[in-house]
Amino acid sequence: MSAPDAAAGEPSPHPVGAPRLHTLGDAALLCELPAPATLAAQRKIWALAAEAMHWDGVSELLPGMNNLTLLFDPEQVDVDALCTRVLLAWPTLAEDGGAGRLVEIPVDYGGEHGPDLEDVARHTGLPAGEVVRRHAQAEYVVYLLGFLPGFAFMGGLPAELATPRRAQPRTAVPARTVGIGGEQTGIYPSVSPGGWQLIGRTPLELFDPRAKPPTLLRPGDRVRFVARSVTL
Amino acid sequence: MIEVLRPGLLASVQDLGRHGHRQSGICPGGALDTLALTLANRLAGNAPDAAGLELTLGGCELRFTVATRIALAGDDFDARLDGAVLPTHWSVPVRAGQVLRLGGANVRRAHPGVRSWLAVAGGVDVPPVLGSRSTDLKAGFGGHEGRALRKGDRLALGSSALDAAQLARRAFGVRAPDDALGPLHAQDGCVHLRAMPGPEHAQFTRAARDAVWRDAWTLTPQSNRMGSRLEGTELRRTRAVDMLSAGVIPGTVQVPPAGQPIILMGDAQTTGGYPRIAVVVRADLWKLAQVPLGGRLRLVPVDAAGALVAWQAQQHYLAHIVAGLAAIEWGHAPASGTPAHEAVQNGPSPDHPAGESPDAD
Repeated sequence: MSAPDAAAGEPSPHPVGAPRLHTLGDAALLCELPAPATLAAQRKIWALAAEAMHWDGVSELLPGMNNLTLLFDPEQVDVDALCTRVLLAWPTLAEDGGAGRLVEIPVDYGGEHGPDLEDVARHTGLPAGEVVRRHAQAEYVVYLLGFLPGFAFMGGLPAELATPRRAQPRTAVPARTVGIGGEQTGIYPSVSPGGWQLIGRTPLELFDPRAKPPTLLRPGDRVRFVARSVTL
Repeated sequence: MIEVLRPGLLASVQDLGRHGHRQSGICPGGALDTLALTLANRLAGNAPDAAGLELTLGGCELRFTVATRIALAGDDFDARLDGAVLPTHWSVPVRAGQVLRLGGANVRRAHPGVRSWLAVAGGVDVPPVLGSRSTDLKAGFGGHEGRALRKGDRLALGSSALDAAQLARRAFGVRAPDDALGPLHAQDGCVHLRAMPGPEHAQFTRAARDAVWRDAWTLTPQSNRMGSRLEGTELRRTRAVDMLSAGVIPGTVQVPPAGQPIILMGDAQTTGGYPRIAVVVRADLWKLAQVPLGGRLRLVPVDAAGALVAWQAQQHYLAHIVAGLAAIEWGHAPASGTPAHEAVQNGPSPDHPAGESPDAD
């Protein structure tokens, strides 16, 4: 997956062109923007989702990375009419999401909670403490949730911290672990197989099916990691 | 209450799925054959979305501790209620203490089955989570303690809309989907799944695009509730471009780098990064759920209009069944002038020519 290339808060250098539309089966419509992914484009995706949720026949929205899938009832709305509606609405959409909530995520970096911190340090050529400092200094944006309930795809990892996934994925990454995978960073909400480099752990629950809302993070949120402890 | 004496390979509480939360990364899950569960529920006197049990590869034993009514859909696995044959798509009374047994897969049959769906009057009473009683096996919540059923589990039943007379009423059956909409296995021995080209269809080589619609694909044993993994021609793209994560839905035919397609099922992740060469239409997802391991399937191209025709045929069949049940005053006040008796048969079942309940007394 290509990383988003615009940092949080940057204005778009040029208008985001209309999406390519394609059916995803008989009851879903994909609206996708070309790579590389940008925050400006994602803001338009969020705006399209906010608008389309009110359209007759649309039952659910599923944001991706610079794309949106509309689930609809073909007995209520014809797919061609839906396409027309998307294309007519597109130029009118404001780039939504500038005022996303700021969520702070406390993290115990390194030690038993971050067994791969040294590997990241070695790969990046930075001391482990510097990896932590730069990871915690950046501001991230939640583009979408996917992969697992409550798992946030976040943009904004400083380029120098990018580290390839581990050659041998783990069968069980502990819940609430913070990791780096390629050019992405994120938090495993629950125990899961995973190939990311594990650098810390948060005490916060990312997903609780009985909570309202069930996820800590939402698309559009800004995220800062706060070092609660650092074990080098 | 249902007592689980033997769960079989994978038994779980499922309803029609947990919808509306894909944005949170929560997959819809639910019964992989919603048509089967809907029919079974109606036959058991339930609303279509009551929770039932999804059973995998038979091999299970369930005891009913109270008098109730059940219906089984999907594959029967030689189902027997205290030894008497229980046909699928029949509404059958159960006495307190009776045991339902499903046998193992009969490999001597032309097409061994894979899954069954059991509905019980009142539905399985587990707390709804995020609007559904389905078990999210991957994330570990919902259903019965968020997990597959084990020996010794006891499942409470909800209160049924059926009165005592209806619970005890003589068994009756309805026309199965395989009969009305099928057959499940076509003349060539394959399950035919209607599908539309996926968003990345054009990225594939000519050879791949030909193969995906022409070949018979084999369902490998690595298949499960997340995905049906197929074996066959290696499908290649003209250029291997990394894809941005995008939404996926059940029926999506993804092609990972090794070139062997996977058809996503209800428990699949909500987003993926592999190219999507095709998407099975909703009307044929029930068939996908019943392709046996080692079985073969074909993808048959249709457009949106063809998919709508398929969907409406399924809806028409369901409406026909509902009208037929109303006509025999099953669980509802009779609908006037509804000539749908042929949807319901009190006629011969394979072992009971007089049309008696398999549990005749």
